[in-house]
Amino acid sequence: MQKKLLGRWGVIALAATLTATVVTGCGSDSEDAATNLSGTIGIAYSLGGRDVPGFNQLAYIGVEPLLAANESLELIESQDNPTATDDQRAERLRLMAQKGANPIVVVGFTYAAALAKVAPEFPDTTWGIVDDSSVTAPNVHSIVFKEEEGSYLVGVAAALKSKSGNVGFIGGVNTPLIAKFEAGFIAGAKAVTPGIKIQSTYISNFPDFSGFNDPAKGYEAAKGMYENGADVVYAAAGGTGSGMHKAASELGKWSIGVDADEATYPAHADYVTTILTSMLKRVDVGVAAFVADALAGVDTAGVKTWGFAEGGVGYTTTGGYIDDITAKIDEYAAKIASGDVVVPTDPKA
Amino acid sequence: MTKSRIFWGTLAPVVAILSSLVFVYIILAIRGVNPIDMFNEMISYGFQPRNLVSELNQTIAYYMAGVAAAIGFKMLLFNIGIDGQYRMGAFFGAVVGAAVNLPPILHVTLIVITAMLAGGLWAAIAGYLKVRRGVSEVISNIMLNFIAAAIIAFLLSEDLLGVLPKGSQNLQTPQIPLSGQMPTIKAFDGEIYSFLFVAIAVGIAYWVMLNKTVFGFNLRATGLSFRAARSSGVNAPGMIFITTVLSGAIAGLVGIGTLLSDTHSYSMAFPAGYAFTGLALALLGRNHPVGIFFAAFLWSFLERTAPVLEFEGVPPEIVIVMQGTIVISIVVAYEVVARINLRQQQHAVGKVNAEASSLKESQ
Repeated sequence: MQKKLLGRWGVIALAATLTATVVTGCGSDSEDAATNLSGTIGIAYSLGGRDVPGFNQLAYIGVEPLLAANESLELIESQDNPTATDDQRAERLRLMAQKGANPIVVVGFTYAAALAKVAPEFPDTTWGIVDDSSVTAPNVHSIVFKEEEGSYLVGVAAALKSKSGNVGFIGGVNTPLIAKFEAGFIAGAKAVTPGIKIQSTYISNFPDFSGFNDPAKGYEAAKGMYENGADVVYAAAGGTGSGMHKAASELGKWSIGVDADEATYPAHADYVTTILTSMLKRVDVGVAAFVADALAGVDTAGVKTWGFAEGGVGYTTTGGYIDDITAKIDEYAAKIASGDVVVPTDPKA
Repeated sequence: MTKSRIFWGTLAPVVAILSSLVFVYIILAIRGVNPIDMFNEMISYGFQPRNLVSELNQTIAYYMAGVAAAIGFKMLLFNIGIDGQYRMGAFFGAVVGAAVNLPPILHVTLIVITAMLAGGLWAAIAGYLKVRRGVSEVISNIMLNFIAAAIIAFLLSEDLLGVLPKGSQNLQTPQIPLSGQMPTIKAFDGEIYSFLFVAIAVGIAYWVMLNKTVFGFNLRATGLSFRAARSSGVNAPGMIFITTVLSGAIAGLVGIGTLLSDTHSYSMAFPAGYAFTGLALALLGRNHPVGIFFAAFLWSFLERTAPVLEFEGVPPEIVIVMQGTIVISIVVAYEVVARINLRQQQHAVGKVNAEASSLKESQ
């Protein structure tokens, strides 16, 4: 049953560095895994599965310490495919529940309708869904993030570092979720330099979700922005971001990663000197907290929103390229944490 | 004569599926998984009544895509635009369905007609470009797929036709009211989409149209030889245009079963990627309405059972490998069968000739 894991090295490196260089609101990481747990955890990934660094993989990283600390704790996994209907997604979840997985982590909002159907069929199974809070069943826990707050902070960093007064945003797929990243980034950059020029683009439109995994297009988009005067570009585009980092390193400009600390990805080894920072969306923390609670028998029903104050989003300082401005960024961060600044979620607002 | 045709016609797909199984067997064995156990697991899971119902529902969608492709194939048209036509059909069907309030049967009929119109009109662009401007339908359809996606992405925003339910990130059209929903048939712990009957009707209509009408004759004639058909008085360019539109109209129905009986709205979670599937199924089913049904069922059976493999540590991509090898094998198998047929015919003709000449000689 041992599955071959292509991204194992990346996972380990990522997990190690995440805990080392993370700058988040409360700073405490609940990764001291409990022992003597048994049972099966299920994870249903969205498109791409566990081996793609970032969003999906973070869900796995969230449960990995638990699995390592508990011999008798098992993991079953499944991933979405582009042609799946809600009915097929529902069946995937049903199968996991029938296999005895409990709790089950469901990654991505595309599972919402499927989960709404399946959760009542398995009232004794605890479900956690990432990025959706529309499913309201007594056994469903929603793990949602204030992506706009983390993006706001990297927007601040971008504006502070930009010499040309021109920055860029690349979104993977044009969806309301990614718009939150864009809105936060714009708001953050404008908070520092009100007249800053912001170039913004999306790689693909749904139902074509390839924009989350298209480094070639990411490269072209970023190159265009750099040549158009931008000197810092932020991509909220999953694997597409690799192309941006490549363009940045070739042209000697700054790039900003997303979800996890992209400067620690083995595939980005050649680009680390131009990766300014990464916006953290700590799916791992949200998932870890949910799984730990569920295994401990805590009632997890309801919505948990992970913002900056909760340690759910933040930014990285790997490489030390923003050490000179972290004090400034943290001033803005404090305003978010205290509620003085409410970051918009709509880029047009 | 027909008996042997049916024999050879079924032999090719069976051989193709068997050779694909052998190929997958080898891959699984290399991975250290027991292939026989795996196949057993797939079959026992896939034939559970509840799963059969679900496979049947998915078959409806694939069947529509297959028939849409087959209509094109009969005319030597490669309708790779099924994807775009399907999306246009499902999207506008959902939008119109949610916007009106009509008595039940009328409401559903309106949605179905809207979907066919949307799919048909979208295909008509490619048809017009082909007939009037000589643009290859493959190129224009691929472009149209992208454009369809972009148009829908544009329209499906909160400012225009989309809604974003509280707490959801999944943009969708408003729910179609009850009168516009199609009932399901409760059977075997599952619910069969009643759109199944529309699919059956489409299959029958396709067969009758093709084999029993002048239109179908003209269509096949144009497909076999554009020039010959034209010189014998068939409006061949017109036939190409109408066939394209017809193929698009059927493609517009691909998502309607799911829409009317399950989701009741078009959303970002609606499946993508029916274009190649439709073409593969038409190929596998030899453009025959019954053949396409079995092909579509096989496809949805394989897809349904993929997650089971996943939980046994086999990557679900193995199902895609299986589907791919079936398609490749089928092309080879048909070619082989066609050659065998040709040789037999030559033999038969040679025999008749020889008999005729020997008869002459003896006289």
